Amino acid sequence: MTRIGLIINPIAGMGGRVGLKGTDGLAEKARALGAPALSPQKAARALTVLARSLAGTGRAPGEVRLFVPPGDMGETVAASCGFRVQVLDLPRAAVTNGGDTRRAAGQIRSRGVDLLLFAGGDGTARDICAAVGEDQTVMGIPAGVKIHSPVFAQTPEAAGHLAADFIRGNVRQLCLGDVLDIDEAAYRRGRVRTRFYGCLSLPGSGRVQARKAGSEVSETAAQDLIALDYIDAMEKDTVYLIGPGTTTRPVMTRLGLDYSLLGVDVVENRRLVLCDAPEKELLALTRNRSARIFITPIGGQGYLFGRGNHQISPGVIQQTGVENIRVGATMEKIGRLKGQPFLVDTGDPVTDRMFSGYTRVITGYRREMVYPVL
Amino acid sequence: MDLIDRSATVRENFHQAKWDEPIIFELDTPGERGIRVPEAEPEIRAALGQNDLPDALRRKTPPALPEIAQPRVLRHYMRLSQETLGADVNIEIGQGTCTVKYSPKINELLARQPQITALHPLQPEETVQGILEIFYKTDCFLREFSGLDRFTFQPGGGSQGILTMASVVRAYFEEKGEAEQRDEIITTIYSHPSDAAAPAVKGYKIIHIGPDKDGYPDIEAFKAAVGPKTAGFFVANPEDTGVYNPRIREFTGLVHAHGGLCGYDQANANGLLGITRAREAGFDLCFFNLHKSFSTPHGCGGPACGATGATTALEPFLPGPLINKADRAGKAWYCFDRSYRQDKRSIGKVRSWYGVAPVVLKAYAWIMSLGAEGLYEVAKVAVLNNNYLFKKLMEIPCVDAPYIPGRQRVEQVRYTIEKLAADTGVTSGDIQRRMMDFGMHYWTSHHPYHIPEPITLEPTETPSKKDLDEYIETLKHVFREAYETPEVIKTAPHRSVCHQVDASPSDDPERWAVTWRAYLRKTGRGKPGQSPA
Repeated sequence: MTRIGLIINPIAGMGGRVGLKGTDGLAEKARALGAPALSPQKAARALTVLARSLAGTGRAPGEVRLFVPPGDMGETVAASCGFRVQVLDLPRAAVTNGGDTRRAAGQIRSRGVDLLLFAGGDGTARDICAAVGEDQTVMGIPAGVKIHSPVFAQTPEAAGHLAADFIRGNVRQLCLGDVLDIDEAAYRRGRVRTRFYGCLSLPGSGRVQARKAGSEVSETAAQDLIALDYIDAMEKDTVYLIGPGTTTRPVMTRLGLDYSLLGVDVVENRRLVLCDAPEKELLALTRNRSARIFITPIGGQGYLFGRGNHQISPGVIQQTGVENIRVGATMEKIGRLKGQPFLVDTGDPVTDRMFSGYTRVITGYRREMVYPVL
Repeated sequence: MDLIDRSATVRENFHQAKWDEPIIFELDTPGERGIRVPEAEPEIRAALGQNDLPDALRRKTPPALPEIAQPRVLRHYMRLSQETLGADVNIEIGQGTCTVKYSPKINELLARQPQITALHPLQPEETVQGILEIFYKTDCFLREFSGLDRFTFQPGGGSQGILTMASVVRAYFEEKGEAEQRDEIITTIYSHPSDAAAPAVKGYKIIHIGPDKDGYPDIEAFKAAVGPKTAGFFVANPEDTGVYNPRIREFTGLVHAHGGLCGYDQANANGLLGITRAREAGFDLCFFNLHKSFSTPHGCGGPACGATGATTALEPFLPGPLINKADRAGKAWYCFDRSYRQDKRSIGKVRSWYGVAPVVLKAYAWIMSLGAEGLYEVAKVAVLNNNYLFKKLMEIPCVDAPYIPGRQRVEQVRYTIEKLAADTGVTSGDIQRRMMDFGMHYWTSHHPYHIPEPITLEPTETPSKKDLDEYIETLKHVFREAYETPEVIKTAPHRSVCHQVDASPSDDPERWAVTWRAYLRKTGRGKPGQSPA
């Protein structure tokens, strides 16, 4: 018996239809403007594909036990798709919020499911991440207004197919995906402020396809090789600012140091100087010092600065020197950009322009790529 | 009597042989024998003595080989041979970048003549004039194809050809005293991954360049990459996308302006024979895979040869020995040039002896049978076949090919079926498995996928229009299945040697086993030489 969790954020996506650029805190307003509930339909599309795909391989949907929150957060949709449904012990509420998502995700994890499906957007992904971290294999069904985090399948149908592949055992490997979200209030004022909220564990399907001999190493191994390359080049008595992200994290783990996945950590002579340093500390630590910055483009959009690493402000960048900033990214990650140049949005156009042109990206041990920056 | 209906283009009734044959070690039955070799005659034993092998060469224990009767051995390998989807049983279009073409059987027969198979590389020159002449003349042909000045046949494949080029580059800069300074090799993401991997083995840092919006190597990125640390630029042209870089001379010129060397990956030169040459494009080194463009069987079909060429300036750095032609009493005399032993510039050897003689012979025979006009025709037909396939596939709504829209490709194309994957959840890897059910190869791409959901197809000059049409119709049929019955594809293959297998152990060192010994050790099932418990 396969055990799957399903959480639907029933208000996800409503804000988009009525021009609200997101639904965080505005569900009532969206409803008043006549926004339809979209995410239950999208979850149903994914579940329909999942059921059909499993049936095609001789497995009845009844062989899958679906753990769902009550009502619109899962129960209603799941029951209509033929799966065996077990409703979680949670209060039924007419209006739900992020707290409900977090409670449901926590309960589902404690039930020991193979895969947790969630339908929503970046805000929902944040709540799932807060509840289960990297411990639970999850997959996002895209249903929100904002889909910046690369933790969602391309379409609800693709989510259904991927889930079926995972259940059939065709996808055994896992990879980490960044969870990003923007400050919606700022976004509605025309200002994009993206934060990095952590990582989710996802089924990694790309690595199980047939290949020709001599294929590249896995994403995780490639991140490790990038870290080894960077560490090899570290100099004495130099301050290193290690930016957030799963690509930069192995620098800290390889050095055996504590780290803050979401923040900027400071290292000197292979020792931790400060974990999760704010801009003020970064300015103080790099003033009149030999300093280096190591970053990775966060998420799927290719932003070097201005998304999830605001601590590294224009002042910190200028004090360190553009020539002392290195970028690390696996070839897989670069490939996902489909040729789109890296972007920089520090908030200071003068600083942004300093990066335009080409930069050398560390892609592996003694491997680099020359990549454009807009 | 009813007429057999042969109207269907798509082979829906195909089924490959499936024997469920064990690994040969699992067939071990202690005591079974193939042939019992008789004892040597007393006079032979007396002449050789008992210690005919030095003690140092004698095994302490017998090898742990399986004991099997001869008929079972024959049956085993015959069954395995039927379980392969080899070049002689399928329409070989689906192995893009591999240039799998028809290798005339007469050339195989030629290479199996005892005059070749009984040769030994240590024979005196006067007894091997024929094969030395063939080596020399094939070298001359390759000089003509490339415009370069000297070739070695020692590298045993394409990657070793690239390693030879990287070794020559390093040796060249060591002689100039610049080896430490120049530690970077530039390549492109659509060149073969070995153009990065082989120089990395020589200790080089690898710098990749991506394509510009039109799919040509980004010259502005290249300008940012090349500099005083550049040792070399190794590139394929056309790249795996089938896009030919018309500005290649600007690239090689930039490298030369910064003091570096240029190596041309011509593993696959099928679309270029008689059309473009390495020298005119500004290259100092190049290599041809005789087992690709020059029609000696490919991959598991036989041993390979990455014939590597150099300009006169770099010839002293090539591995030795090379084959020279001299004059002896008014007659041509072919001899080994062993000057590499004294000349410290030579990189020495990259492989034993001189290269695989039967491979060189088959390439020579193929070149001779076609002549200059025939080789030019090969390139033209290969390009024509590819562009026919290209045009037909681009008419299918779910197929696209990034870059240079509306313009023709050279000898292969990297397509994308991203739309099909988005519409149906069926990936290019799924299609690959399903094509096996129709007895056809289909290849996606090297990893990582820079083009999403890729297909790489290369028809060469071999397939007829009818063959191409069958391949196209089969692909259309499978794409239609993706929309109508995707589960059939997700669970494929159904009519192949085996059903869908879990490929994930290939990424896990704890779970892969490429030898019997490793299989026993990792499954905890006994020692080599023993049957599993």
